[in-house]
Amino acid sequence: MANLHWLANPGRFLRIANAVLPYLGALTAALLAWGFFAGLSAPHDATQGAPAKIMYVHVPSAIMSMAIFGAMAVASAVALIWKHPLADIAAKASAVIGAGFTATTLLSGSLWGRPTWGTFWVWDARLTSELILFFIYLGYIAIWQAIEDPNRAARAAAILCLAGSVNLPIIHYSVEWWNTLHQPAGLLQGRTDSSMAVPLLTLLAGFFSFYVTMLLWRMEREVVGRKIRQLRLLRAQA
Amino acid sequence: MPDTFAASGLACIRGERIVFEDLDFSLTSGSALLLRGPNGSGKSSLLRLCAAFLAPAAGALTWNGTPITADRDAHRARIAWAGHLDAVKPAFTVAANLAFWLGLAPGGAALAVDTALGPLGLGHLADLPAAYLSAGQKRRLNLSRLSGSRAPLWLLDEPTSSLDDASARALLAVINRHCDGGGMAIIATHQDLALDRVATLTMAAP
Amino acid sequence: MSPFLAVIARDVRLALRQGGGSYWTLLFFVLTVTLFPLGVGPDLALLARIGPGVLWVVALLAAMLSLDRMFQADYEDGSLELLALAPLPLELTVLAKAAAHWLTTGLPVTLLAPALGFLLAVDVTAYPILIAAMLLGTPVLSLVGSIGAALTVGVRRGGVLLSLLVIPLYVPALIFGALAVEATLDGLSPRPHLLLLGADLLVALALTPWAAAAALRLNLE
Repeated sequence: MANLHWLANPGRFLRIANAVLPYLGALTAALLAWGFFAGLSAPHDATQGAPAKIMYVHVPSAIMSMAIFGAMAVASAVALIWKHPLADIAAKASAVIGAGFTATTLLSGSLWGRPTWGTFWVWDARLTSELILFFIYLGYIAIWQAIEDPNRAARAAAILCLAGSVNLPIIHYSVEWWNTLHQPAGLLQGRTDSSMAVPLLTLLAGFFSFYVTMLLWRMEREVVGRKIRQLRLLRAQA
Repeated sequence: MPDTFAASGLACIRGERIVFEDLDFSLTSGSALLLRGPNGSGKSSLLRLCAAFLAPAAGALTWNGTPITADRDAHRARIAWAGHLDAVKPAFTVAANLAFWLGLAPGGAALAVDTALGPLGLGHLADLPAAYLSAGQKRRLNLSRLSGSRAPLWLLDEPTSSLDDASARALLAVINRHCDGGGMAIIATHQDLALDRVATLTMAAP
Repeated sequence: MSPFLAVIARDVRLALRQGGGSYWTLLFFVLTVTLFPLGVGPDLALLARIGPGVLWVVALLAAMLSLDRMFQADYEDGSLELLALAPLPLELTVLAKAAAHWLTTGLPVTLLAPALGFLLAVDVTAYPILIAAMLLGTPVLSLVGSIGAALTVGVRRGGVLLSLLVIPLYVPALIFGALAVEATLDGLSPRPHLLLLGADLLVALALTPWAAAAALRLNLE
């Protein structure tokens, strides 16, 4: 009955995650602290001034919001093809974090837009793509909630995630195309010099490390939650 | 050469609940298997496993020794399925309903629509829109597909529910004829079905 | 008749029956378009500007609202089980059902679009391109929608969830389709937009049946 007791494998995952989590948390805190400090103490952007500092939140979270969806697509493929039980847990745990980064990107983008364009929202290509990505995240989370049986929910969500990941480049391209034909605008016009690049990369590493920390923590909770459900079901059956 | 459809060490999980484990059976051409047991014992789940709608959590189903998952297309072609839903479109006539399914049947239909309606006594209703049928007549319409099917393996989920005695006897005759012709049937049921060559698999309560 | 055509014919007949829903979809299309002049005012210049976009958005909504018809009824009456066991591969069954959905929503909406474009004062010179773009774009709505319809087939009150899943995936078709008409009105070539729309259709044709069939199998377990 090897595959009835799939928790044997996640049991090992729990031990490893527990051991790694404190260090990851510390690394995240250090990277974020250093990155923000370096970013805020760097000289102001020549054209945009102080508001351009929002870039240090906006750009890494935009990158993470897309990278996490990519990671979810890989996890979904692994879950569908090899039926690895941790893969769908990883995809599910990633979604909320990814949606969080997407929301952060949208929020920081509109805060940055206020001094730059004089309004909180402009239908800029990147912001629009990000908004649609946010909707896709919401759909993914919704389908997990709509289907009760976790195994079926996992596969339905995986199919949706893969369909979304095929569609995302097309959406991105179409929005880009739409935007250049209407009103070219962009937050990141002009070059970034090295005094910005170092804190930016540090913060990107910090955001990534934050993602991994949150991911492991949420996966842990999910695995424990499923274990409890299963024990209850076994008791109900006994 | 008789065919063999067999299960070994079969286990089924629905939701996160184990419905049954370590289930074995073997069925050869010309005989029927009755699945008996209380509600929730997994009769319908076993039928869904046999149709490969559902994958077993453990164990395997084999056709002449080859796992059914090895060639899903071939396995689909072996099956005639009658679940607890009747797949009847009220907007179409009785004949049109049956004609659609027989037109899709693997290997083409064995009988013409009018002939296939005969055994279960629906011949005189052929031109009636199915919306006017009673529950029992809808069930008979769905089961009439079987008469027209060439599939060797019939999977039936409580086929006699909502049938009157005469229709139930007619259905048994249809199943007997199928088995006489070298077919096999797996039937989930709560009633004693007086079939000619039949084995019973009693499934335990959950 | 080949099984593929038989499934298309059956679904089309079911949709055209009274209560099948195809007429309601068209009525919805017409009613919703007429809401716009009431909402934004009868200024013909403004209506002419937003007209192509309005037609596309409402066509998209009309296609989406009728998506639940694609698999839901067959799921509820057991027909989907039989279709899944038929010799026709489920991927092709999905394709046939998407084709039937298009024939009973996308195609009539396309044919109605010029008449409604007239109400919105869209310039008559844009009509050929409007029709061409809709002929290329509305099948994408049916195909991509089939994934959402298949995923939500077993979900109680799945209609709203279906919209949530499908709307973001409809963005490219909407953009390319509306741009093609707009380009024509601006005296530019609609060719690149139509080509992109065609490419989107090809991608949808190649990939969506697999995803929708996988989702259906999942819901038949």
